[in-house]
Amino acid sequence: MTKVIVVGNGMVGYKFCEKLRSRSADIKIVVYGEEPRPAYDRVHLSSYFSGSTADDLLMAPLSWYDDNNIELHVGELVTEIDREKKEIKTHTGRRDNYDYLVLATGSSAFVPNVDGVERNGVFVYRTIEDLNQIASYAKKVKRGAVMGGGLLGLEAAKALLDLGLETHVVEFASRLMPRQIDDVGSEILSGKLAQLGIKVHTGKNTKRIAGNGKLEGLTFTDDTQLDIEILVISAGIRPRDELAKAANLEVHPRGGIVVNSFLETSDQSIFAIGEAASYNNMIYGLVAPGYDMADSVARQIAGDFSKQFTGFDMSTKLKLIGVDVASFGDPFGDNQQCIPIAFKDHRKGTYKRINISEDGKYLLGGILIGDASQYNLLHQMVMNRMPLPENPETLIIGNGSRSADSMDGVKGLPDSAQLCSCENVSKGEVIKQVRECEAKTLGDIKKATKACTGCGGCTPLVNDVIKLTLESMGHKVKKTICEHFDYSRQELFDIIKVKGVKTYEELLDAHGRGDGCEVCKPAVASLMASIWNEPILEQDTIQDTNDRFLANIQRGGTYSVVPRIAGGEITPSKLMAIGRIAQKYNLYTKITGGQRIDMFGARVEQLPDIWEELVAEGFESGHAYGKALRTIKSCVGSTWCRYGVQDSVSFAIFIEDRYKGLRAPHKLKGAVSGCIRECAEAQSKDFGVIATEKGWNLYVCGNGGARPQHAKLLVSDIDTETCIKYIDRFLMFYIKTADPLTRTATWLNKMEGGLEYLYDVVVNDSLGIGQELEEDMKKLIANYHCEWKKVVDDPALRSKFKHFVNSDEPDPTLEFVDMRGQRSPIDWNKK
Amino acid sequence: MEIAKDIRTYTPTLTEDVKVWFRAARVTDFPENGGACLRYKEHQIAVFNFARRNEWFACQNLCPHKMQMVLSRGMIGSLDGEPKVACPFHKKTFSLKTGECLNAEECSIAVFPVRIEDGYVHIGFAQ
Repeated sequence: MTKVIVVGNGMVGYKFCEKLRSRSADIKIVVYGEEPRPAYDRVHLSSYFSGSTADDLLMAPLSWYDDNNIELHVGELVTEIDREKKEIKTHTGRRDNYDYLVLATGSSAFVPNVDGVERNGVFVYRTIEDLNQIASYAKKVKRGAVMGGGLLGLEAAKALLDLGLETHVVEFASRLMPRQIDDVGSEILSGKLAQLGIKVHTGKNTKRIAGNGKLEGLTFTDDTQLDIEILVISAGIRPRDELAKAANLEVHPRGGIVVNSFLETSDQSIFAIGEAASYNNMIYGLVAPGYDMADSVARQIAGDFSKQFTGFDMSTKLKLIGVDVASFGDPFGDNQQCIPIAFKDHRKGTYKRINISEDGKYLLGGILIGDASQYNLLHQMVMNRMPLPENPETLIIGNGSRSADSMDGVKGLPDSAQLCSCENVSKGEVIKQVRECEAKTLGDIKKATKACTGCGGCTPLVNDVIKLTLESMGHKVKKTICEHFDYSRQELFDIIKVKGVKTYEELLDAHGRGDGCEVCKPAVASLMASIWNEPILEQDTIQDTNDRFLANIQRGGTYSVVPRIAGGEITPSKLMAIGRIAQKYNLYTKITGGQRIDMFGARVEQLPDIWEELVAEGFESGHAYGKALRTIKSCVGSTWCRYGVQDSVSFAIFIEDRYKGLRAPHKLKGAVSGCIRECAEAQSKDFGVIATEKGWNLYVCGNGGARPQHAKLLVSDIDTETCIKYIDRFLMFYIKTADPLTRTATWLNKMEGGLEYLYDVVVNDSLGIGQELEEDMKKLIANYHCEWKKVVDDPALRSKFKHFVNSDEPDPTLEFVDMRGQRSPIDWNKK
Repeated sequence: MEIAKDIRTYTPTLTEDVKVWFRAARVTDFPENGGACLRYKEHQIAVFNFARRNEWFACQNLCPHKMQMVLSRGMIGSLDGEPKVACPFHKKTFSLKTGECLNAEECSIAVFPVRIEDGYVHIGFAQ
């Protein structure tokens, strides 16, 4: 049996194991990693400071190595290679033989030789151990700097910012990310970073790291100073080639194990991949080329010599501290004659530059800062030498309808275009899967090709290709909700309503097939709730767990409880009631974003008891667990506020009581502000009302979340009655026509005709359905009931709330830890 | 910690390996087309009454993705006819026949044979 030893268990070493194992089940794979834990995601290291744990960052859990029959030794450094005997030796004295040796030793941080570099408070940014040291030192200090304004340096700056430090970035070159972006790009990026609280100092050469024992500041060669207490050095990388060097393998004078296009070192049984390898005088310090090398070597060892490594496009797109930065092809246009076209917007903090060939025919490269949404397409245009449109500037400033544009662009891509650079999947491969292997969904493609499973950045592009291919095959790409129903949500809405279908089973028997699934069950449950508003627990097993147990499931499997506090108004005695109940059941309490109180850590069997007490105190379900109306946030308005022009609290409570319990394709949030100052943030809600001297302004289709979008003004200066009428129509129209799990903002974005059309339907009643919508809403409101009161009063329903069917014990695996005087679930990765 | 680890270790069981048929609970204790969790020794087992197919299934209650004791609260359904359960946390789905993860690269879960006798649900274990 062939035996491969891999030295180094970083991202590339891990990827090599994955690729080799997928090609051959019988090759023996043994891995030695110097770090105490298996391979983790170094690219997203800074997320360690914003909530991720070391285990979240793992490329794969330890069990993966077992499951794949890979022998992994962590915390064991390989110190010697005996090439004659084909044997390695580790620091523990262990000897091991190989047929092939793969050096994936990675790199270490480059530390420049500056006076004072040995002081306390100076760190590098490379491993989780480095991060732990930085975090513990940062507790004692307030001001920090990162030396190095490259990609990794800015990641490190994000880490310092997350640790709560005043953060500076010091860069020797005249601009940030000198290898990727130009001076103007750097200026825009610096501006964005300044807004986030990071001060950038470019053109600074550090002369001395000053201090007395511990670090006190930096002195630069221009004799200026920067007072700081912690310094993180991220000034570049040094390939880890010492093991190779000691074994007399050829290494590059500037570092790196020299390899040929087969990634072979000067010994044919030894390969080098990733940042440790030097190909064609170049070190590839990104993960994508590392994966490409891993793939090539895995193929060769498995007997496929068709794929050589011949360099790698270093185009990159990333989110740095929340700011899009992308650089592709020839970003500076200094390799060929070219004409740059640039667009910069200081106000929004965006910069877009493309370099086109002198004859105006081709795109050569470019830079995007602040908004890199066109990256995939532009990058593909460069890689595939696609002809430019007549007015190339439209590529970066757009000409109105963007979605249509991007589809045209996707059509124009040649089959060789690489869609997923992490897993090297081409457009042709995706098309082949769809045409010949019956792949129909993104899920099918992920399974078949692994596309979109790395960074996920190519997902929209892959989706477009699937859709276009299906369409070209004559499939009507119909939005059916899943394999069990050939209908869209809107069609199911009509079927249920017109035929009077009351149960899921009835619907599946008459209009579907198979046994249903986790997609159609809750979608139908939501539809039936939106149409009939009957108690949802009559069909408890088609509900998502939150709806089934009328509470929000949280880490560990306990639930959180949110009573309704309409408009955020609550009496002192009700506040005390919540306090008493939370204390009695030892629940963690927190104020929510919607002006209510969330109580966490309730075991499933405790929920009815907790609610019995809440109901007795006059509380009702807050529907925080449902795709339903959540809260109407309010500011205090004209009753107390000296600026208020209307009574926003009373109106908010009125609206919340009117629509409470209303189920919809997704959650719904509203707000009412008492004046133009907008303290209730109504313009970030699905529907928001802002008081004016003459009445109310109604805004619709805003949301926070991953892609925040401001609500749009639908009508101004309307009276209360009209305002309610329009909200009734708006909500009912949304409930009827939106796809499952689509918020109002996305619904509007996809609506043909957009806001104007919505205005016509809601205000001008262009479809003639205004009255019908209002009446449907009236029926729903008349059918309101508190779901929790029903459970509390019904012993049969109550008995469903238990963990074991054959014991009254609670789940014995629940574990909690103390956090700031309250309890929290144990981190789920520590289990 | 050792004990805790043990609770999270399951041995999948084939019908021919069954040594113990554990009488778990009455048929009527389980919701139609849904699941409930039962305790056998220190183990937690999710049992599903797939009334639509007139079949019963049992598997480990632990979802291997984030190690949560929760599969019994998941929705059941089918994928091309293969019966499956979806974890309520992140909707990883597992075959109720083979235990294989159907929509991600998670480990498989252990499944156990189920027998209905005298109105009681029995689960088969190798030990």
